Amino acid sequence: MENVNFIYDLLGKNFIAIILVISLPLMFVLVYALAAILAELKVSAWIQERLGPMRTGPWGILQPIAEVVKLIQKEDITPDKANKPLYNLAPFIIFTGAYAAFAVIPFSEYFVPAGINLGLFYVFAVGSISAIGLVMGGWASNNKYSLMGAMRSVAQLISYEIPAAMAILSIVVLASTMNMQEINKLQSGWFWNWFIFGGPGSITKIWVIPFTIGLSLIYFISSLAETNRVPFDIPEGESELVAGFHTEYSGMKFAMFFFAEYANMFIVAAILATIFLGGWNSPFDTFMQGPIWGAFWFISKAFSVVFVQIWLRWTLPRFRVDQLMYVGWKVLLPISFVCFLAVSLFVMLK
Amino acid sequence: MDLVTIAFYFFGALTIIFGAVVVFSKNIMYSAFSLLFTFFGIAGLYVLLNADFLAITQIMIYIGGILVLIIFGVMLTTRITGVDVKSGTMGKFQLATTGILTTVIAITLLIVFSSTKWYLKEVPAVESTVNDIGNKLLTNYLLAFEAASMLLLIAIVGAAFIARKK
Repeated sequence: MENVNFIYDLLGKNFIAIILVISLPLMFVLVYALAAILAELKVSAWIQERLGPMRTGPWGILQPIAEVVKLIQKEDITPDKANKPLYNLAPFIIFTGAYAAFAVIPFSEYFVPAGINLGLFYVFAVGSISAIGLVMGGWASNNKYSLMGAMRSVAQLISYEIPAAMAILSIVVLASTMNMQEINKLQSGWFWNWFIFGGPGSITKIWVIPFTIGLSLIYFISSLAETNRVPFDIPEGESELVAGFHTEYSGMKFAMFFFAEYANMFIVAAILATIFLGGWNSPFDTFMQGPIWGAFWFISKAFSVVFVQIWLRWTLPRFRVDQLMYVGWKVLLPISFVCFLAVSLFVMLK
Repeated sequence: MDLVTIAFYFFGALTIIFGAVVVFSKNIMYSAFSLLFTFFGIAGLYVLLNADFLAITQIMIYIGGILVLIIFGVMLTTRITGVDVKSGTMGKFQLATTGILTTVIAITLLIVFSSTKWYLKEVPAVESTVNDIGNKLLTNYLLAFEAASMLLLIAIVGAAFIARKK
């Protein structure tokens, strides 16, 4: 697989270029997290008919910077009875797990940090590192709420990984590749070539479209559960568990959990955008198609998905634990199996 | 040293150091969490051997599945039943016997390793291992594949049965 990467083309494949390739998504995550914090504040305000932050900077756009400065200034408290090494390590593990997935996210035709053939499988595998970090933080805090939150979170993550994996697997069957860049290339052309509309092909694909739309919805719902977003935020439900696994964390360590959560939101949005919404392809064939426009389309598609996540958070109430398991195992999983079989049948007949 | 050699020593050191922590740590939670780094190091070594699929499967199965299971097991048994799961210490006699046995085995392995004439062959870099693995699994090794899936199904049914009984 030819690795197309504009930094390697410009600088050659040396040490500095590799460091640049590794750190570019990090800068993106930091800037994106600030934008997402502002979006969360503003969208929540609009949904509740408020103005939101208005005083920090014009129209409140400096509010996220103020928030970050506040977090850095806060005292870093370690509970007396906490297990110190694991307590301090947990935020780093969680952020590593979240950031590792950025290695295969195709930002543009000419920029993907590592265009490996097993991209989609890799994203799924590194997600489990975050789960270990959650348990580590929850256990090391030596707090009942933290432990309960961590347990709920991992149970939920494992349950919802299965429907999400089925959704992704169906697209892998349809595209017959796990390379995210190849999946993007298959979806070029008009927007009806996107995999949410059955992928490229003649008009006979029309009967598979309901199934692929269903799969994209299943993936979106499961991804909400995996990132602990409302309506699946029972691991950190304020009214029951204070704040779940990060109850005891403060200051910069809390900020790392925060960044990891927003990075995870972006990753699931990016996967959804890549495998269902055409990634860096323009919706209108060659109109505004190109490497830089590609990054524009990709980021705006991913941001739209993030926006829907925020929108849902301020609209829906929270599930109960038993409802959550019911939805995961008895609703999403059978539907995803049916969709998977339909897509496989379609691929066999094609 | 090029980057690949540095990476090899890095992953090798990671595996060995945290493997030692797993064995020698008095706190069983440290042992369980150190496994994370050991498994990760092994996955890194697989990548350097061009076995990309195996490496990611290693992360998926061992870190995402087995390690979570181990940690949950340790965490829940200690907190709920009140029984402390500890990595115990051994008596002097057991320690001496194990020490001698391990040294003998290690020396034998080292001698075998250095005296064998290893058959080294230049292998062209594989484009993608997953296609070959998939084809082989569903043609030459179909029986083993199906047997494994039957075993897993039986395990799931058995687990559900045990969990249902009050």
